[in-house]
Amino acid sequence: MALLDIKDLSINFGGLRAVTDFNLSMQEGELVGIIGPNGAGKTTVFNMLTGVYRPTKGEIFLKRRDDSIVNLVGKKPFTITQMGVARTFQNIRLFKDLTVLQNVKIAHHFSAKYGVGGAVLRTPAYFKEEQRIHDEALKLLRIFGLENRKDEISKNLPYGEQRRLELVRALATSPRLLLLDEPAAGMNPQEIKDLMEMIRWIRNEFQLTILLIEHHMEVVMNVCERILVLDYGLTIAQGCPEEIKTNPKVIEAYLGEVVEDA
Amino acid sequence: MTRTKSLLKVPVVMVALALLYLGLIAGFSHNPYYMQILNMAAINTIMAVSLNLINGFTGQFSIGHAGFMGVGAYVAAVCSVFYKIPYLVALLCGALAAAVVGLVVGIPTLRLKGDYLAIATLGFAEIIRVIIVNIQKVGGPRGFLGIPPYTNLLWTYLFAVGTVVVISNFVNSSPGRACLAVREDEVAAESMGVNATKYKVIAFVMGAFFAGLGGGLLVHLLSIAHPTMFTFLKSVDFLIMIVVGGQGSITGSVTAASFITVISEALRKFEVWRMLAYSLVLIMIMLTRPQGLLGGKELTWEGIVNVPGRLRRFRLPKVGGGRVGTTGH
Amino acid sequence: MSSVLSTFLQQVINGLQLGSIYSLIALGYTMVYGIIRLINFAHGDIYMVGAYIGFFAAGFFGGSFFPTLLVAMAGASALGLTIERFAYRPLRYQPRIAALTTALGVSIFLENFVRQFVGPNYLPYPRIIKVTQIKVGDIQFSNIQLIVLAVAICLMLGLTFLVNKTKLGKAMRAVSFDKDAARLMGINVDHVISMTFLVGSSLAAAAGVLVGITYPRIDPYMGILPGLKAFVAAVLGGIGSIPGAAIGGMVMGMAETMVLGYMKSSYRDAIAFTILIIVLLVKPTGILGKPMSEKV
Repeated sequence: MALLDIKDLSINFGGLRAVTDFNLSMQEGELVGIIGPNGAGKTTVFNMLTGVYRPTKGEIFLKRRDDSIVNLVGKKPFTITQMGVARTFQNIRLFKDLTVLQNVKIAHHFSAKYGVGGAVLRTPAYFKEEQRIHDEALKLLRIFGLENRKDEISKNLPYGEQRRLELVRALATSPRLLLLDEPAAGMNPQEIKDLMEMIRWIRNEFQLTILLIEHHMEVVMNVCERILVLDYGLTIAQGCPEEIKTNPKVIEAYLGEVVEDA
Repeated sequence: MTRTKSLLKVPVVMVALALLYLGLIAGFSHNPYYMQILNMAAINTIMAVSLNLINGFTGQFSIGHAGFMGVGAYVAAVCSVFYKIPYLVALLCGALAAAVVGLVVGIPTLRLKGDYLAIATLGFAEIIRVIIVNIQKVGGPRGFLGIPPYTNLLWTYLFAVGTVVVISNFVNSSPGRACLAVREDEVAAESMGVNATKYKVIAFVMGAFFAGLGGGLLVHLLSIAHPTMFTFLKSVDFLIMIVVGGQGSITGSVTAASFITVISEALRKFEVWRMLAYSLVLIMIMLTRPQGLLGGKELTWEGIVNVPGRLRRFRLPKVGGGRVGTTGH
Repeated sequence: MSSVLSTFLQQVINGLQLGSIYSLIALGYTMVYGIIRLINFAHGDIYMVGAYIGFFAAGFFGGSFFPTLLVAMAGASALGLTIERFAYRPLRYQPRIAALTTALGVSIFLENFVRQFVGPNYLPYPRIIKVTQIKVGDIQFSNIQLIVLAVAICLMLGLTFLVNKTKLGKAMRAVSFDKDAARLMGINVDHVISMTFLVGSSLAAAAGVLVGITYPRIDPYMGILPGLKAFVAAVLGGIGSIPGAAIGGMVMGMAETMVLGYMKSSYRDAIAFTILIIVLLVKPTGILGKPMSEKV
């Protein structure tokens, strides 16, 4: 059974059919890309997957760590995260006025084994868990070269580091499925090259399954094993990068953008 | 900063304030009027710090804090006067009653996004007032007289310290960070696995609990409870304290609560001018420093000790970025 | 006609009259909330200031109704514009709690300003219109009640025309739908927001004058409770919806009159907030509201 199985996912916004019959099945460890012109419904798919929007129709099945299957439709965003689906946002949504370290610690929140009582009374569990959260957060920051920034207020980080911090924060929830919404937005060619390296590396290192939305054809074509193309909410093509590049429907949807970009 | 150091921070501030209070007691103990002001300062500290948990740390806009104070006040008074329940238990009953009311108001409003809490808390405070006025047994519009004067400086101060310790322990923990996350960005917080509604309710109910405690202390200090003691304008007083002290700063709330208690007392004869000045201060602070005077920063021992150094550094360009000596928690 | 029924109809007329006032105030709340997502706490005080301007204008115009009404509306509009420009606009991109706190500050400022410089006591409102009682069957009502209802309905029809048929109205709807997109379409967003405050404030002032001629006394704190109740009315009707605010106001006025007529009068102020809690529990989007989802 696949890790993620999306069946006929559709959503209407007051008569506008934003996404229609979206189907996708992902095996563990796969790296799949969704492309499509602006307004094609890509982020809307993410928002349905993470519980921000409730689909009008369709099912989303996720295989949990214990191999049981859950339907994510109707679940709250925080429950879905706790079940192992993490995301980043198209327009970075860090906790702006908190420090880098606090940003990452918040992602460890639901794994903390003490509650309000433990916090107020400062029980041994509090100290043990705080130490663990602190160490784990620092470890992740170190891996991504943000350790020396840990006490910085996150809105003061340069753009590239903010993107990286958002990724660290998502990884800190220890997901099985990672959703990246335009991770290369606003990056220069060198940063994009590094990003591609990093996406491949985190997939192996953290044993992730990754679904990503991207505008940069270079990233999608180089990183993803499989690509879906959305246009006006409809899946107009899917296949390996080679097939997508030569698909006439895709070329038409992009009005030649693909040829120029790829 | 090492963990031990950051854990020490709050106690150090507390000790500093304790010394200040003891000094003041020694100085003024012969004067009941000054004693009264010190008591009020401690009660207002409880109110401001607990409101800050809701508004400053969790980012919800409650403007009915006096209403919870009223619930705690009347329930505690009823416990002492009619049921002869021991003082501390009566205070606890008042605080718990306020917390339960907080739960009832909080659950329907806090699951919604947006500013419904502001209107709901305001409306709830009004309902409480109407209910109190209609209960003849507690004096109705005439007020509830003859409450035993059990509250003294020892209790107000102990409870103020207790409130500060509990709330600062809470905000410096994983559930507390969840509240901060909700304040910063509710959508992002949920995407980090934080149940936003749950933490909003927790913060709101905790805030209501301590407000109820403050109310119980107050009526056992003054020996009287009156519906006009818990009006909207009283809630505004607490709001001003956290705005001046900084939304999300516990030490700021403590300082501002004490400061504003004294100022309000001094301006008692000029009530309208005081409200005019307060409203202008409120608007001016929001327009120039929307996070409040101290922002989310805590006064720390190092910060206070380092003031001369900081002043020196201020003259040099390009140093510090203003964060030296004041640290986030 | 049975006396039970005629008493009830009598209450309905009183309810419509009170409801007209709430509707007029609620419209300003709902328009401002719809366009900048701010609960304008000072709105109830603009209604109060409108009543005061009417008070002095009535003296100046020797008690003729329409000039008084127009001057009050114009004066309150200027106040609304000033508040928006200097207190709210600088905070438009700050956390919402900052704007809410400022709104509260403006509200307290207006109340205490009027209290300090005009006087803390009730002022008897001039009898601009001579009261005559009209009797139909067993039901009795005054010409004032008719005037209140007529003026309120005319203003609401005017507002409907403005919002649905004019260019400005179209721009208002566009800005409330999506500020950034509206700006890209060449709409002057700041101007549209200013106009929203202008229209909302003038309606509140009209309500102030109408209350002045009905219950002939005014005071600096007269705006607090009607302001809150009107906000609840706006929530009840569906915040952001203009017909919703009108309906919500009428329902609120009716509910309050019924409590007044059939229950203890000291409960009249509690009914609004009971309604609020029920709406939040049952249908938070209100009668005509659409769910507002945040863009992610």
